[in-house]
Amino acid sequence: MYEKDGEKYFIVDGHIHWWDASPENQKNKYGDGFIRCFYDYHKNLSPKEYVWPLEKYQKYSQEDLMHDLFEVGYVDVGIFQPTYLSDFYVEGFNTTERDAVLKEKYPDKFMLNTSFDPRYEQQGLEEFEEKVRRWNPKGVKLYTAEWKGDSKGWKLTDEWALKHLQKCLDLGVTNIHIHKGPTIWPLNKDAFDVSDVDDAATTFTDLKFIVEHVGLPRLEDFCWIAVQEPNVFGGLAVAMPFIHTRPRYFANLIGELLYWAGEDRILFSSDYALWQPKWLVEMFVDFQIPEDMQSELGELTPNIKRKILGVNAARLYDIPIPESMDVADEGTTPEITDKPPVPVGT
Amino acid sequence: MIERAALLAALSKVRDPELDEPLTDLGFVSALVEDEGRVTACLRLPTYFCAPNFAYLMVADAKTALLSIPGVTEVNVVLEDHFASDEINSGVGANETFRATFEGLANDELGDLRALFNRKAFLVRQEKLCREVLEAGGHPEDLPSLRLADLPSSRAAERYLERRAELGLDMSPGAPVVVTANGTRVAGTRIDEHLRFARTIRISVEGNAGLCRGLLATRYGNSGSKGVTI
Repeated sequence: MYEKDGEKYFIVDGHIHWWDASPENQKNKYGDGFIRCFYDYHKNLSPKEYVWPLEKYQKYSQEDLMHDLFEVGYVDVGIFQPTYLSDFYVEGFNTTERDAVLKEKYPDKFMLNTSFDPRYEQQGLEEFEEKVRRWNPKGVKLYTAEWKGDSKGWKLTDEWALKHLQKCLDLGVTNIHIHKGPTIWPLNKDAFDVSDVDDAATTFTDLKFIVEHVGLPRLEDFCWIAVQEPNVFGGLAVAMPFIHTRPRYFANLIGELLYWAGEDRILFSSDYALWQPKWLVEMFVDFQIPEDMQSELGELTPNIKRKILGVNAARLYDIPIPESMDVADEGTTPEITDKPPVPVGT
Repeated sequence: MIERAALLAALSKVRDPELDEPLTDLGFVSALVEDEGRVTACLRLPTYFCAPNFAYLMVADAKTALLSIPGVTEVNVVLEDHFASDEINSGVGANETFRATFEGLANDELGDLRALFNRKAFLVRQEKLCREVLEAGGHPEDLPSLRLADLPSSRAAERYLERRAELGLDMSPGAPVVVTANGTRVAGTRIDEHLRFARTIRISVEGNAGLCRGLLATRYGNSGSKGVTI
């Protein structure tokens, strides 16, 4: 919970990790390259006082996480989004099994999501069902750029991906978080393209699709889908820290999201330990669209901020919110429109 | 001895297809040496995991651009510090296609990908141009009837026309300015929506370009954003 100027905010961090990218756990040069890439994001976009040494960034403790999220970071509930990367790390980067240690210790503090990889086909489907039975997750995190042997990625529209999504629906795992990355089969296509989310969201209208990083680097593709599909949401992981380095750009970004997706479908995320929720929450509550941009982008009210910081995610995950921090619907979400012709074309 | 300026001028014509900016402005060229017609250029990118298809395009385009300079007989473009450096350097070095470079991982060349981003770039440039026209006192209701012949001589107009010509769209003086990426005139009733979406692409691309510059600077120090450093 965060309180400022008499306003209270219930905080759900929609995307957190407890990873192990230490040299002992790195399988190859890609494991090293991956965490260094993350570290550059962390260093480039964090305020100086929040930058960790590389060694700590590679592997941080349970105590670090509990402290940064709950003791100083104002977070009420954090949602674990596992990212396996089994081709890069011996024990995986951030697995459900690893996150479960914390979930079992502090059951009220976390939502534990799991994951699947459709390339394991029938065996994967059975293992996924087993994971769901074991942990009873309400969501999955899918990383379509994950490498698996010779394969460099997959799409939500792949035959076995559709079977897994059907399984999600059957088992009541309704929140599908999608994270795009730089590789995908086939490599000649735009790997960051989110049009497969469009297809899946049309097919599975009872599932919610949360596009992580609000589609960045393809914000436009995400917005185009969100305006047409009521079950598509945007997670602000990676977009949030621009509030510090490039506040005017952040204003534009939020303006676009409010215009296309509306205030009910945007979820706050720190992507911890990429960034820490403390400064993100503080800055977001203080943030306002610059005056000269307000005629075009509007203003951020405390209720809009409350929805983004916690209410929207709490609704997706059935997390109870104290009444003083809840928001009644104000009906400002844009109308869902019929599919217009795709403007960029193929 | 070939003038260094000629080499740089050739490289400045090579763009990051995603960001629609020259490699030289983005700081992606880390070294450039020439010896008796043999040129070596080193490229570096903001992250180890930048998309390999765009990386391949930049390496291949840089090679083509340098080879087009009179007197250049041999070109070696080296992509540094990238997960696919080995594949791309040897593939482009041996004039392999993208498909052959990434055998089994690709099912086509990169023409469609490049064309898609050229269309996005065109819409972004169009939105900037329309914004300029309106800021200079133009009226929104006049946009549907705006023709190429009416355009001011400005940098935004130049950039718009450059990309428009590249897409092979109608360049005649009477052709409408506000068109879809396929060249179809946008009806007056749809112009707001059309420009609103183009604006979203612009915000996306500008954000990516800013992030790429920042990551490059973090990775290689502040020289990263100032063009060729060696």
